[in-house]
Amino acid sequence: MTTETAATPNFQLSGRLAELEERLLAGDRRALARVLSWVESGDQRGRDMLRSLYPRSGRARTIGLTGSPGAGKSTVTNELAKAFRQRGQTVGIVAIDPSSPYTMGAILGDRVRMTELYSDSDVFIRSLASRGALGGLSAATQDVVHVLDAYGKDVVLIETVGAGQDEVDIAGAAQTTILVNTPNMGDEVQTLKAGIMEIADVLAVNKSDLPGADRMVSALKALLSLNPDRGWDPPVVRVVATQGEGTDKLVDACDAHFEELRSSGRLESAELDRARQQITALARANVLNQLHTATGEERLAKLANDVASRKADPHTAAAAWLAGP
Amino acid sequence: MSDTATMTDQIRVLVAKPGLDGHDRGAKIVARALRDAGMEVIYTGIRQTPDMIAEAALQEDVHVVALSVLSGAHLELFPRVVEACGQRGITPENTLFLGGGIIPDEDAAVLQDAGFSAVFGPGAHTGDIAEYVRAHVPELDRS
Repeated sequence: MTTETAATPNFQLSGRLAELEERLLAGDRRALARVLSWVESGDQRGRDMLRSLYPRSGRARTIGLTGSPGAGKSTVTNELAKAFRQRGQTVGIVAIDPSSPYTMGAILGDRVRMTELYSDSDVFIRSLASRGALGGLSAATQDVVHVLDAYGKDVVLIETVGAGQDEVDIAGAAQTTILVNTPNMGDEVQTLKAGIMEIADVLAVNKSDLPGADRMVSALKALLSLNPDRGWDPPVVRVVATQGEGTDKLVDACDAHFEELRSSGRLESAELDRARQQITALARANVLNQLHTATGEERLAKLANDVASRKADPHTAAAAWLAGP
Repeated sequence: MSDTATMTDQIRVLVAKPGLDGHDRGAKIVARALRDAGMEVIYTGIRQTPDMIAEAALQEDVHVVALSVLSGAHLELFPRVVEACGQRGITPENTLFLGGGIIPDEDAAVLQDAGFSAVFGPGAHTGDIAEYVRAHVPELDRS
């Protein structure tokens, strides 16, 4: 065991931040919205807020939804939110869409499928742009989830950007990951590939009123039968999200997975993994920020010259850059 | 390399269509233009009630609420959105309200009194809208 600790039990917000936190904890949605903006942008006020709120988090269940663009993630998210509300649970939704790699602008359109949730004050939806992150989430997603959790949401649903084969960060960010498939997404070789097919705890076949649904379900089941025994067999659930069909089975599957996590003790080990990943990611971002100072950029320009002109190789240059002047 | 951790000045815009008309071409073109100007645009889709729009503006903590109506009901609907927002603490002091549609000059004056800082009609250049947003967002009280 290491004695390293970052615990600061007596950390206190002051003035306006303390007042805002009090409002947030009393259920004020506007205070929550503003704190989320600060947390998302990496603002110092956001960091202070998170530091103060974090001990209150860790109670919400987190469920991630991923799948290719147009698979129906937003519609399935909408249905899940309704189902959890019917069970008396409060719901937070974090919906991520991609930022432009050229302008950093974004169209965040996931709310279009969720308008029936707007009149329910126990559902809070926040759209995030990926802001350059590549794993299907945004850098601030975890922190946004922590704040919704501390605010008191029972369930937080995290909808990733339309994912390809390799955007798998959601598996580390949520307790349960649902992969939303549709019929006719390609032949069986697609289901054999590494990456996103491996991270699903629950598989939904959405639009299963379309032809090809049976084949998709059996292809997925065939794939799963080859998985090594990990203590959990991911179920395949047929869904027609636009009609609300299959939603209850999907929630039951998520509940069963959660129960399995809890009874096997994997809930705690997964939480440790998540914490470890977030610390690593933040430390990595910090190191990069420290490198990209004005003098760091000057040294980088010089090193780039050396590498381009073959005076130095890239590995040696990177080591030199990290080592400092 | 872009810094993905800190983007404090990222402008967030809600583009919404109150009322029952389904003509969203203009709203989508404006949404796309603001995206290309580097802003994050939350698009809510058509047939939104004033309360739905206000709720989205609240949850998304946007700098700008941009409304589009093509049915001629703007004098009826736009002020009701400002009112629904006001009930949630979202006011012209902290949020920019913009209107778009087939809006005669005399109506634009009425809307300005109701809290809209600008109205853009047919023929407005999308670049001018982005420019306007960029110029006026810093004046908002976001404390």
